[in-house]
Amino acid sequence: MAKKESTFPNMLITLLVITFASATSLGYVYELTKEPIAQAKLNKKIEAIKQVVPTFDNNPNDEMYEVAMDNGFILELYPAKMQDSLVGTAVKTFTKNGFSGEIWLMVGFTPDGSIIDVSVLEHKETPGLGTKMAEPTFKDQFKIKNPTSYKLSVKKDGGDVDAITAATISSRAFCDAVDRAHKALLKGDNQ
Amino acid sequence: MQNLTKGFFKENAVFVLLLGLCPTLAVTSSAVNGLGMGLATTFVLIMSNMAISLIKDLIPDKVRIPSFIVVIASFVTIVDLSMSAYSPDLHAALGIFIPLIVVNCIVLGRAEAYASKNNVFNSLIDGLSIGLGFAFALTLLGSIRELLGAGAIFGINIPIFPVDQSNAPITMLMFILAPGGFIVLGYLIALINKIRNV
Repeated sequence: MAKKESTFPNMLITLLVITFASATSLGYVYELTKEPIAQAKLNKKIEAIKQVVPTFDNNPNDEMYEVAMDNGFILELYPAKMQDSLVGTAVKTFTKNGFSGEIWLMVGFTPDGSIIDVSVLEHKETPGLGTKMAEPTFKDQFKIKNPTSYKLSVKKDGGDVDAITAATISSRAFCDAVDRAHKALLKGDNQ
Repeated sequence: MQNLTKGFFKENAVFVLLLGLCPTLAVTSSAVNGLGMGLATTFVLIMSNMAISLIKDLIPDKVRIPSFIVVIASFVTIVDLSMSAYSPDLHAALGIFIPLIVVNCIVLGRAEAYASKNNVFNSLIDGLSIGLGFAFALTLLGSIRELLGAGAIFGINIPIFPVDQSNAPITMLMFILAPGGFIVLGYLIALINKIRNV
């Protein structure tokens, strides 16, 4: 078959048909994957909540409440309940002080405000240095600490946290995020 | 047959043609990432090669590049959506580089140089060959970098490094970072060239 001439109507029709076909197929794939994508995101969130609070039997995602911080940021708090009594609260928190970009954490608190555990949701820190914040050697030092008596900043800045070697900025950012979570929790309790 | 094997050695996109180096260097910090990126690109290559060779006679010459790009972009978006639905972890690791397959010059290069001049079957084989060659190169690069930088391949520990007090291997971290990518790629290209010239 001979090539089509590059006349104006030919070009117009060709591009119209191609973009239409492409838009139709993309719309179809989008509808098809919408559900699994939302499901995958939700699973990841529930998984992170499970890691930082004791066993619960409610759906923390449905009982989520938001706390607005002074500087306009809004944090999400997920209460975990066992037979209708609060066993812990997971706070989704973040910091903009990371070495490269934002760091998102899920911090679990007991009802009296002590840290249960921390899990790292998302970060772009340097591989091998800042990424060590997700390892137990660093983040386990936050366990069973109550931020009202435990100073959430690295020892270099007069706090109580052992920084990661060669990743002080990431460590500081981590403390900042945990501190923000704690403030949100206190504020949420007072509301 | 020759058409099928050319992508691995004679016309390997990364080692011989030196195309698509941006994703090559950026995502190969581990073997899994390299393989995932390679297979995603292979899928896009096969599908876009086939689609373009099917419609090549219907497209006027003057608008062929925009038409090819739309076809390629559609397949890339399909890959992007499917990956975030069915393998969210890999999708998170590869991040921005999946949508960027659109501008990977290998894909448009094959569309323009091969698929727009050959029949559907040959274009399919061409896409498969070039794509798997790319995946092979990325996996090889990722494996070497992961081995030297993290002491593992595909996440399986390989004890070639001494360990410190806490039993963690002392690895050459640089290989996971950008400079290591350039160094390993440079040596691989030199090696492949040496073998090719024998």
